Amino acid sequence: MLVYTIKRLLWIPFIILVVTFFTFLIGRLGPGDPVSVAAGQIRNPILLEQVKIEKGLDKPILIQYFKWLSSAAKGDFGESYIYQGYSISELIFPKMWISAQLGMLALLVVFGLGIPLGLMAASLHNTWIDPFIVSLLLFFRAIPVIVIIPPLLWLFAVHWSLLPVGGWEGGIFDIYWLYEVIAIPILNPHVYLPVFALSIGGFGGVARLVRITALEIKNEAYITTAKSKGLSDTKVMLGHILPNSLLPLVTVIGFALVGILEGAFFVEVLLGIPGIGRFTFEAVKSRDYDVILAMTAILSTVFIIINLIVELLYTKIDPRIQLDEGIDG
Amino acid sequence: MTFLDDSKNNKHVDTLEENYKISTGGNWNVFFKRLIKKKLGMISLIIIIVMYSAGIFAPIIAPYSYTEQNLERSLEGPSQDHWLGTDRLGRDMYSRVLYSIRTTLIVTFAVIVSGSLILGTALGLIAGYRGGTTDTIIMRIGDVFASLPGLPLLILVNAALSPKIDQISIWIDSNTFINDFQASGAASYITIFFALSLFSWVSSARLIRSQILSLREKDFIMAARSIGMKQKRIIFRHLLPNISNLLILLISSSLGAIAGSEIVLTWFGVGVQPPAASFGQMLYAGSGTRTFQTYPHLLLVPAFFVTLLMFAFNILGDALNDVLRRD
Repeated sequence: MLVYTIKRLLWIPFIILVVTFFTFLIGRLGPGDPVSVAAGQIRNPILLEQVKIEKGLDKPILIQYFKWLSSAAKGDFGESYIYQGYSISELIFPKMWISAQLGMLALLVVFGLGIPLGLMAASLHNTWIDPFIVSLLLFFRAIPVIVIIPPLLWLFAVHWSLLPVGGWEGGIFDIYWLYEVIAIPILNPHVYLPVFALSIGGFGGVARLVRITALEIKNEAYITTAKSKGLSDTKVMLGHILPNSLLPLVTVIGFALVGILEGAFFVEVLLGIPGIGRFTFEAVKSRDYDVILAMTAILSTVFIIINLIVELLYTKIDPRIQLDEGIDG
Repeated sequence: MTFLDDSKNNKHVDTLEENYKISTGGNWNVFFKRLIKKKLGMISLIIIIVMYSAGIFAPIIAPYSYTEQNLERSLEGPSQDHWLGTDRLGRDMYSRVLYSIRTTLIVTFAVIVSGSLILGTALGLIAGYRGGTTDTIIMRIGDVFASLPGLPLLILVNAALSPKIDQISIWIDSNTFINDFQASGAASYITIFFALSLFSWVSSARLIRSQILSLREKDFIMAARSIGMKQKRIIFRHLLPNISNLLILLISSSLGAIAGSEIVLTWFGVGVQPPAASFGQMLYAGSGTRTFQTYPHLLLVPAFFVTLLMFAFNILGDALNDVLRRD
């Protein structure tokens, strides 16, 4: 276990190196070089040359890369071209915090709603409620976020004027941490739509998984035993079926996070939330290479670490899985 | 947004592997009989076939060209001349929907053939059959791709790549006998196709590798080897036919994911570039709140078709899953 963990930890920097190097290569090599982007409207060859030297783009690619890497390791990703005068890390980290707040809330909703709904469907398996929930889940799973937000936004913000048209005011976690955790998400109307939009996909998936697992467990011998001892259905549900159907959910945490992060790219653009999703959108539109590069590095790092944690967590919970064999087959 | 989930879902695949162990090499007749019994699955299949054929025959069916503008009749609602209305530039929405299906179809087909089928199957086969160092190298590369966030990285890679491809296509226009390469928008298809293939091979390679690992030890492969059969023949005659069910499942499960990725990437502005028609573009054009309030058809038309397609893919995927794993 320890050896495995260390192996995986050593694996992380390697992946990050490979990924950032290739992104760097794509950005720097070939036509459409960053010099012309950096220079903006300047088309004077002497000035172009000057910009090139100023940004260190005249040096060999490997030297450029290691220069970038060493400053990136210190949290310095260079300057943004769109927001002149700001450093990228100055811009990215506050935006990441906004996205992270929404993401955490969405994750809470995904599991907080998904698990009860899945259990409900499983326990009412032979009634009309189960197929109803299943089709509802299918709907949530299949409908793309970019399709559902505009109508919802129109309905809630314009037609009924219940929610703000978008944008972002104040955080979820600000000063009175605990108070804000409980009160502000409920009070802050800016949160509802994005959190809903971020969680629908994952929430359908979680509920579906819980339902399937719970239905399988229902047929196990120990459930029959519990029932024959005279335990009530609720007790069997909460005491035996629920804990056991949570196990496969650990693997889903990673995917739920991926889903939420992917969703953030679209939800933030549509609802005007100044998080990393929207920042990336702007950077992509204006071909801001350094931002793209920084985003690639940060996102890959975050993901690899999440993946590792989920994997380790899974082995911890389910001892049947042995990692050392699992990886090499 | 869980479009890429199916293709990137390695844990999911791992658990699936168990279920398919027996099902491969199953009887095709049995398989089809079971599938026909799944009513919803069949309806989905029909929807997909109808939509795809509409996409294939778009140039024949479409009443207008997808680039034909008529600014005097822009932003009109449905009428007899324009069944689904017109967009901001007065282009016929119905024609654009048909061409969008065509775009999705082209991208999906190209990515599945190159990424999932050729690259994924070949690498999975080699890794599983050869084993040893080859296996380790291939699967490690796969690990790298699998541990990366798919869609965000696709966006970023596409954003970094597309100006290069643009420049290359301008070069092709001016230096080779091919003209109008830049204007045709083919370059953006190539970018998106390249980026999606890069990420889609991993899950199929993993699934196929695990299948080959268990098949390799079966008696008939041993027998084939013991009579001195060539490796090529063993792979093409004995191993490939035995994983054909698995390939169907792989294709059906990645159809929706790839179509979704194309739409979403285009929506983000890094996919298929204008003037080519794509659902992503249509959805983006119609998604402003004010726009939606005044001209709801701009969003509702593409939204209807995209949702229908996604539903069909999901239900068909579930049905095939049931059919193939029931052994």
